[in-house]
Amino acid sequence: MSGFDDIYRENILDHYRNPRNHGTLESPDITYEDANPLCGDLIRMDFKLKDGTIEQVRFSGHGCAISQASASMLCERVEGMALEEAKKIGRDDVLEMLGIELGPVRLKCALLALKTLKAGVYGIQQWPGEEEESTR
Amino acid sequence: MTFVSHRHPAGAGATAPVQTFDPQAVRAQFPIFREPRARPLVYLDSAATSQKPDAVLEAMGRYYSTFNANIHRGIYQIAEEATAAYEDSRRRVARFIHAGSPREVIFTRNSTEALNLVAHSWGRSRLEAGDAIVLTVMEHHSNLVPWQLLASERGIELRFIPVTEGGELDLAALPRLLADGRAKLVSVVHISNVLGTVNPIPEIARQAHAAGAVMVVDASQSVPHCPVDVQALGADFVAFTGHKMLGPTGIGALWGRRSLLEEMPPFLGGGEMIREVKLTGSKWNDLPWKFEAGTMPIAEAVGLGAAVDYLESLGMEAIFTHDRELVAYAMERLREVPDLEILGPPADRRGGVVAFTLDDIHPHDVATVLDADGIALRAGHHCAMPLHERFGIPATARASFYCYTLPEEIDALVKGLHRARQVFAR
Repeated sequence: MSGFDDIYRENILDHYRNPRNHGTLESPDITYEDANPLCGDLIRMDFKLKDGTIEQVRFSGHGCAISQASASMLCERVEGMALEEAKKIGRDDVLEMLGIELGPVRLKCALLALKTLKAGVYGIQQWPGEEEESTR
Repeated sequence: MTFVSHRHPAGAGATAPVQTFDPQAVRAQFPIFREPRARPLVYLDSAATSQKPDAVLEAMGRYYSTFNANIHRGIYQIAEEATAAYEDSRRRVARFIHAGSPREVIFTRNSTEALNLVAHSWGRSRLEAGDAIVLTVMEHHSNLVPWQLLASERGIELRFIPVTEGGELDLAALPRLLADGRAKLVSVVHISNVLGTVNPIPEIARQAHAAGAVMVVDASQSVPHCPVDVQALGADFVAFTGHKMLGPTGIGALWGRRSLLEEMPPFLGGGEMIREVKLTGSKWNDLPWKFEAGTMPIAEAVGLGAAVDYLESLGMEAIFTHDRELVAYAMERLREVPDLEILGPPADRRGGVVAFTLDDIHPHDVATVLDADGIALRAGHHCAMPLHERFGIPATARASFYCYTLPEEIDALVKGLHRARQVFAR
């Protein structure tokens, strides 16, 4: 059984307290915002693109530690990444970055950043991992 | 952790009344608390759903294992027994809320369905464009969305009684909302599921009736927790749900004034709700069956009847006193936690619910830290988004109490909150 020490591992708390890529961009190529209506988590991402790569990404918003840490980790990872490569990031990659296991409710917190990233950059509207979730 | 009662829940000490109500003894009758687990379950989410005593589970089991049959049709013995048990539950529920007759008690799936029944059946047959419905800012979505649907379908105006900074209804605004005579229905929550506020329903009903409006009450948090007399409330419709009052999910009830129910068209069509069916039309059954289409949740109705018996054996006054002592104790102890802000009125004007924010820590994180100690605390908007918007916050953490809640569980909550602050200290 996981206790809160496991869920709030030091790297999650570190990203929550000192978020990377936090803020907004002056004139972003793409801005996308999404929210988790269950808990009021909100994430906005601003992107600057150049030659098929994500030149700059910043996130803002509010929410639980897991949603905000997940956004911080994801932004840190995709900045400078080729779009095609970023497109391959999936639910398992996010969970691996967080290094925790989550139940279905908190999973939505963890995946909000990924959903925002994918919907913003690629217009993918399906919840990442939706198919896996439905068979759980 | 062992729960040894060393402190009176009132927290006030000397003036605490002597009581025979023993939450430890109550707790022993709930299998979920007897279940062996690594940490004792500290269940502080009874406003979402209550736990179930042996008596309810046994009554449902007995129905399934000894007289399971469909009701109202079979003429063999177990069908007669099932029908008698189902209708007996209705009588018990009617008596419990002081209904004039069991015919005024319609079984529904829950409060939501009961309120939708009123919106569809009464609302669609009586309201037209230009009419208005008066609600409040503290409504649960179940007493908001059905009226929104009706309003957009019919061109009806929705008006709202505001909520004060202290979490109470601003009743000074009500005469103005009723003044033009267009308001035909007023629907208000009895006890707020977030703020715990006990609303003055008789006064609101008096004003609603004087303005020619019918009065609907969402009693989801009151029928389970305090004595409710639908006559004394002065309401025309009262909705409540079984699973918040020690009963099973899937069963709730709508009480309505007989004269209104008689005139209303059916809600759902199907079997049982008819007297006579021809290919192109039908005649409706008598009350209450006119509103109970299809096979109803029989075992759940039987379970609700057993829950009512159990609640009556404890005494609703005693349960409410216990809730209020716990909430007073909780509010006193929560004041010890720095940066904790409680929403809603003082303890003497609320039921056993306390919602709060803790610094800028998201309530989900608070609940996750407490979950690691086996404490079940609710976090979110509690199906009252407009109310949270009123206070400018996306979510709150909420602790809610019932007849099996112990003061030691509030101590555990306070301890957990101190730790949550440490974990998230920036």
